[in-house]
Amino acid sequence: MERPLNNFIRALRAAEIPVSTGEAMDAFRTAALLGYDDRSALKRGLAATMAKTLEEAETFDRIFDLYFRRGSPPASASPESAGAGGEAGPAPRDLAELARQGDATELSLAFEAAAEEVGVQRIQFSTQVGYFARRMLDVMGLQALEGRLIDRLRTGGAEAEAEAEELMAIRARLTGEARRIVEREFETFGQSATEAFRADVLRRRSLGELDRRDMERMKVLIQKMARRLAAKYSRRRRKRKTGQLDLRRTMRANAGVDGVPFTVHWRAKRRDRAKVVAICDTSQSVARSVRFLLLFLYSLTEVIPDIRSFAFSSRLKEVSGDFEDLDFETAMEKVLKEVGYGATNYGQALSDFVTDHPKAVDRRTTVIILGDGRSNYANPRLDLFKDIAAQAKAVIWLTPEGPSLWGTGDSEIQRYRAHCSALAHCTNAADLERAIDDVLASYQG
Amino acid sequence: MGFDRLTSIEAITAGLDTVGYISTPDISTAVFLAQHLRKPILIEGPAGVGKTDLAKSTAAFLELPLVRLQCYEGLDEGKALYEWKYGKQLLYTQVLKEKLHHILDGAESLAASFEKLHGFDDLFFSEAFLEPRPLLQALRQEHGAVLLIDEVDKADEEFEAFLLEVLSDYQVTVPELGTVSALVPPLVMLTSNNTREIGDALKRRCLHLHIGFPEAGREARIVRARVPDISEALLKRLVAFVQTLRAEDIRKLPSIAETVDWARTLLILHAESLDADLVRRTLNVLLKFENDIRLVEPKLEKILRKAAEG
Repeated sequence: MERPLNNFIRALRAAEIPVSTGEAMDAFRTAALLGYDDRSALKRGLAATMAKTLEEAETFDRIFDLYFRRGSPPASASPESAGAGGEAGPAPRDLAELARQGDATELSLAFEAAAEEVGVQRIQFSTQVGYFARRMLDVMGLQALEGRLIDRLRTGGAEAEAEAEELMAIRARLTGEARRIVEREFETFGQSATEAFRADVLRRRSLGELDRRDMERMKVLIQKMARRLAAKYSRRRRKRKTGQLDLRRTMRANAGVDGVPFTVHWRAKRRDRAKVVAICDTSQSVARSVRFLLLFLYSLTEVIPDIRSFAFSSRLKEVSGDFEDLDFETAMEKVLKEVGYGATNYGQALSDFVTDHPKAVDRRTTVIILGDGRSNYANPRLDLFKDIAAQAKAVIWLTPEGPSLWGTGDSEIQRYRAHCSALAHCTNAADLERAIDDVLASYQG
Repeated sequence: MGFDRLTSIEAITAGLDTVGYISTPDISTAVFLAQHLRKPILIEGPAGVGKTDLAKSTAAFLELPLVRLQCYEGLDEGKALYEWKYGKQLLYTQVLKEKLHHILDGAESLAASFEKLHGFDDLFFSEAFLEPRPLLQALRQEHGAVLLIDEVDKADEEFEAFLLEVLSDYQVTVPELGTVSALVPPLVMLTSNNTREIGDALKRRCLHLHIGFPEAGREARIVRARVPDISEALLKRLVAFVQTLRAEDIRKLPSIAETVDWARTLLILHAESLDADLVRRTLNVLLKFENDIRLVEPKLEKILRKAAEG
């Protein structure tokens, strides 16, 4: 019974569960212990050895049920039971067949139809790329292909193996293509930010109208990132320099016992706490990504204890309190009501910041600016920005705009850039994470 | 007693039942595999669903000692593995000062004194001065032990790396004494509340067990096991209410621990059935955040009705 399990593991890996060699060995021992007769016991056992997160467990369930169905594998043809997504659309054609024929036009037509059906145009965050790509492939009948793949792996034998290999390759290729299409769609929207579109976003004030599931996904992602940051962050703060005797404290503590060092004190090296000032642009020009930026700011507030956050369109306002007390939806609504969607004026915001919060920035502070640097041709007050940068430990600018747009039109970002320690284009959580990692790294040393 | 009780999954479920832990097939399978594959279990899930309790109950069932290592930020090897009893070492040197004259008697030169002392140097770094901490204690139990490494997500990343080393071979090295291998490898359970992501390396080396909120039947059995005096009718209504409450959009969902506390509270208040007023007065046992309470209070009647129907 070694082969079926081996192929099952390959099916898991094809579905992006990273089963390590060690885990595979555990799986074999588990199967030997539990036997193949009781399927549900086997399933639980194998899940414990190989699926290490909740998402992985879900995928595992699906694949296990497909792979270890009772009865012999169907001879050929895509298994009907695999039931592809897309309720209304035309019955999905055999995706593998389509990909195999290599008719580029037909394939791209299929992709386009699928994109239309799942509404890729609605994409709001680049973090949704994976999600939309998956939905597109579902519509096109990926599940049938996966079913077939698992089937081939179950069957075994040189011929079936070869086909399985091919199907895995096809799956990888299609996934890549789908992602590329979704990404392109996302870019297009980024570049044709017309007034009409802005107005559309403006109207959608409450989050309720946003696809709630998408928002949930986003939150999960950021929380995950925040957790990872929490790990890194606490570690750096806690760094101790052990092994060195603190002579002064030791002698004082033991003066009562004739200087015999009964209690010893070691020298500890204290790290600076990360002190962060975050300033977020909530004006019209970033309307498209303002939710993303604010959600990020909100998550930061939860992770870093010493953070002050500000938001502005033209006038600047401190929002730390709102973020700490309210839940995200309410806080965002409040912030946007007060300072949201106005015409940007970076100069005014900077001057507000300097006048109203003169002590917010000192040499231990890292300033994070979230915004596109589009200042409606108003005076960008580079002098103030330069002063802030000189006082702060670091200035990090995160912009939702791609580098190709920097310096076009009313964008002042190239001029601000000279005073930033880092400028990063970030549209997804991975970008953000890297940038914030840099912030924390700058406290080492 | 001992690990030989873990003969089958059914035996584990039954055994845990005798010590008052209501298991599920998932849980029993994980414990079974942990013993037979010699792998630690990483238990994840919300607070208060019985993660720590599983370790305690397993130890009780096997009649083995439970060695618990509570993780926290800044936990290091010294606190987890072993330390030298510095105070005792110092005391002994002070007391034995006089003896040194005897030993060194007749030694002419510094080199000769050194030579004489050399035979004694290991005295102060021997078993007598060793303070074993949880990890070492667990390895040195004669019949094995259940080692609970609680809230591993609270510890630093370095500590995780250190754990990997200990958990892969079940042995540690004390430089002055040599390598200590486990007499009987302990059954290791790690718990995590997921406040931060556990490193991939550790995750991949452990069996994974997710304990979620229990379904109604199991929750009722757990409450019955913990609060045996409760009446069946009240138990049923109370569990139905908590189950319905979990569907609400609140920050901290009540878990089993809260349900049990609530059952005890109702018992003390001599409650016979649930009404909105009673629930309102005792809601702070179930919900731990002011906001959650404020959110649920106006909807109480509705939730009660829904619970009664479902």
